[in-house]
Amino acid sequence: MTLAIASDALTKRFRGGQVAVDHVELRVPTGSIYGFLGPNGSGKTTTIRMLLGLIYPTAGTHQLLGEPFVENAARVLPRVGSLVEGPAFHPYLSGQANLARLDAADRTVSARTASRRIGEALDRVGLSAAAGKRYRNYSLGMRQRLGIAAALLRPRDLLVLDEPTNGLDPQGTREVRHLIRQLGDEGVSVFVSSHLLSEVEQICTHVGVMSVGRMVWQGSLASLAAEQQARVRVLSAAPAAAARVLTRLGLDGVSTADGEAHAVLGAVAPEHVVEALVAAGVGVRGFSVDRPSLEDVFVGLTGEGFDVSG
Amino acid sequence: MSLADVADRATSGGRTPPMVARSGRFLRSEIGMVFRRRRNQALLVVLGCIPILIAVAIKVSGGTSGGGNGDAATLFGSITSNGVFVAFSALFVIMPLFLPMAVSVVAGDSVSGEANSGTLRYLLAVPVGRSRLLAVKFAAIVVWCVVCSFVVAVVGVLIGLVLFGGGEVTLLSGTSVSFAAGLWRLTLVAGYVACSIAAVGAIGLFVSTLTEVPIAAMATTLGLTITSQVLDAVPQISAVHPWLPSHYWQQFIDMLRDPMALDKVGHGLLVAATYTALFLTLAWARFNNKDVTS
Repeated sequence: MTLAIASDALTKRFRGGQVAVDHVELRVPTGSIYGFLGPNGSGKTTTIRMLLGLIYPTAGTHQLLGEPFVENAARVLPRVGSLVEGPAFHPYLSGQANLARLDAADRTVSARTASRRIGEALDRVGLSAAAGKRYRNYSLGMRQRLGIAAALLRPRDLLVLDEPTNGLDPQGTREVRHLIRQLGDEGVSVFVSSHLLSEVEQICTHVGVMSVGRMVWQGSLASLAAEQQARVRVLSAAPAAAARVLTRLGLDGVSTADGEAHAVLGAVAPEHVVEALVAAGVGVRGFSVDRPSLEDVFVGLTGEGFDVSG
Repeated sequence: MSLADVADRATSGGRTPPMVARSGRFLRSEIGMVFRRRRNQALLVVLGCIPILIAVAIKVSGGTSGGGNGDAATLFGSITSNGVFVAFSALFVIMPLFLPMAVSVVAGDSVSGEANSGTLRYLLAVPVGRSRLLAVKFAAIVVWCVVCSFVVAVVGVLIGLVLFGGGEVTLLSGTSVSFAAGLWRLTLVAGYVACSIAAVGAIGLFVSTLTEVPIAAMATTLGLTITSQVLDAVPQISAVHPWLPSHYWQQFIDMLRDPMALDKVGHGLLVAATYTALFLTLAWARFNNKDVTS
């Protein structure tokens, strides 16, 4: 498996000693759509800034598109489109002029194709009609779209998109998801950060979850779902009796609450559990097998709470 | 197939893109940014108004000498005899404050302005190498210095010709040269002025890498040039005066003598070059090691 992004022990300690990113090992497969998740303040943006060479890691190294970054930044970055911490453009220039400015700075593209590429990028994000309008007068959603257009100014092999749907209405969010999926289909590797799993769940093939500067889980979305243990829940007037049956069947984590008993299902078939309960004479009022939603998993990994970590 | 086609094909194929654009597109874009900015256009208009103001004031006053002595009085006194002296006088009076201010605004804004609007991170991610970014920014600042200086010179000559006429130029040493030779000297003077304020530009570029607040960088840069002039006025430290950036700013007046007295002008250029080299190095050292968190 080749990797679009790989990092080894990437660490950033800011002056003052605060460790924003702590030994992060990114493994983003080529061609994947990788959801980089974590609550606000978990170190996502700092990681992204290190990936793009905007800030220097305190320790650790990384590779983009198979090339060690430090030595090859000038060669590899033209193949990487990015959106970092929201769009940023010159307010007194039009959207088109802003893209032309960025394009002029790129030594690897020719001026001859600039207006065509700028037109295509604007078209792709639905901004053609507002191309000549000053950035100052753009709405938040239009600004976000222009940021994405800048990332698409030329063919890319990797896109690093930090919260690309921020500020977009539901319609715009859907369009951006569609666009990302389309780019993924074209073979572009997409690294997309979000603080909401639900934002990226539908489009990602892989996820990495950050919490307080550390990577707490990473892998394919399918394996994240598969790893989650299903639990049985028995509603009964005699929860203690039900719990005894569950224990006898060899289920782990048996517990009782008011009027119900829980356990981890494991390898036991649900119908077998029902059968055993009935055979033991436990009056079953309700029975369910619950798999935690990915959102629950995410919260379980990152912790719940309103406080911004770090 | 053109080079550009090859480049586009190579990039879409996912291989390492070759460098195709060495034509200075980014520099042209940067210069365009400086001169399209309303604030900077307004600065140029104000600079252009200075010689007009001087010429009109002298015309209205009837050209009677207000007395006084020294180089300034001599320059102003020559205006009625030849319009080209409007340009020399204007450059002389705006050298200490007005020109450094115009340069401080553009130089102080150069990096901090991009950091402030967040565009710096996107330029670096394009990628624009940090050294290249500084080089292009400084090149644009130098162009700005040249334009500022020459706007004053050209407007000064034009308004001077209209109000006072041209003809042979009587130099400060009393000898006369042809009008063309006078214009040549004006070109040299404007060039000297541009070099002098380019050093301010280098200082401004360095200050600009220290902050994300453009106005702070502008004020600091201007403050440093004023500090230089304050120190220049303290006689007890006359030993360091020749090494202050502002000490020889108005020394271009030596180029209006016959023959031109160039030793002080040469020293002024050396000082300007030294400050430019020093502060460009500082800017480079600072910026290359800086975490861009804006």
